Amino acid sequence: MPTKQQILDLHFMDARCKLIDLAAFLDRVERHEGEADFRFEALKKALPILLSTQPGRAKAILDSLSDESTEPIEKATLQGAFGAPR
Amino acid sequence: MKYIEPHAHMVSRTTDDYEKLALAGCAAICEPAFWAGFDRTSPAGFYDYYRQLTDYEPKRAAKFGIPHFCWLCINPKEAEDAGFAREVMQIIPEFLDKPTVLGIGEIGLNKNTRSELAIFEEHVQLALDRDLPILIHTPHLEDKRKGTRLILDSLASFSKLNRGKVIIDHVEEHTIGAVLDAGYWAGMTLYPESKCTPNRAIDMIECYANEQLWMNSACDWGVSDPLAVVKCGLEMRKRHYSNDFIESIVFENPKRFLSQSDRFRI
Repeated sequence: MPTKQQILDLHFMDARCKLIDLAAFLDRVERHEGEADFRFEALKKALPILLSTQPGRAKAILDSLSDESTEPIEKATLQGAFGAPR
Repeated sequence: MKYIEPHAHMVSRTTDDYEKLALAGCAAICEPAFWAGFDRTSPAGFYDYYRQLTDYEPKRAAKFGIPHFCWLCINPKEAEDAGFAREVMQIIPEFLDKPTVLGIGEIGLNKNTRSELAIFEEHVQLALDRDLPILIHTPHLEDKRKGTRLILDSLASFSKLNRGKVIIDHVEEHTIGAVLDAGYWAGMTLYPESKCTPNRAIDMIECYANEQLWMNSACDWGVSDPLAVVKCGLEMRKRHYSNDFIESIVFENPKRFLSQSDRFRI
């Protein structure tokens, strides 16, 4: 198994790139006119999970972006999904 | 790298992709029946699709020396109209005895509706009646966790189900534990945007160390990469995994699950 140092050597630049891209995305949405929607709020709500000291951050973010309901719905009104619950 | 692509929608791919898969070391391709990117308007449309899966695609793959197998069903995206779905399901038995049909799939849920769930359960019963393996699609994005839970609850009501003959696909970090803990196989789909990246899939292999896992590209008409599995194998090499271990994940695991169908011979 690789060491922490080797994992950093392998993936730090990729993670750095994605983090900056996320920051730029937040800036971009805020810079443009109009109203953001539930997706933007859901994304911002998930961000503090990144700073957690507990493992399982990917699972926690996926959970925060999931539909909380438990019962089947009566009828589908669309076929696709948005990436965040309404 | 010797590997199996256990989930690819080759009807949507070019012949060049078959060549790439062959060059990359692909030893077999399995193609579940799914949505075409648009809703078909008649059962006859599905009849032709099943002909394509059971007759035409195996011949196309054979030109590149790759055995091609398939799974049959009406997918959950087109199961919202239960009456229409049942009409399509009446066609399926005619194709189940074809020599490259492995089982029923990919059934499952899309928007987690009552109609989807009813048609899902009727497919499970069809598989049970014929002792066939089952391949299950779990919903996308925000619908995945709820859909996976509904599927697990539903399957639990089939007392005669052999859980080792069922694979629940497209798991992510928030669903993999429940699937494996219940005794099912779990599939990880490697997509450029949604589902799973190669390194997240490797993380899950590290965390769950389970022999009931496979990886697939689920390449189709959308944003997807037919070489995703072999590229993930390369990422595993970068993370110091031995060639034997990589082969156990990308070849031996899917081979073991798929060999539960007598028709899977490579």
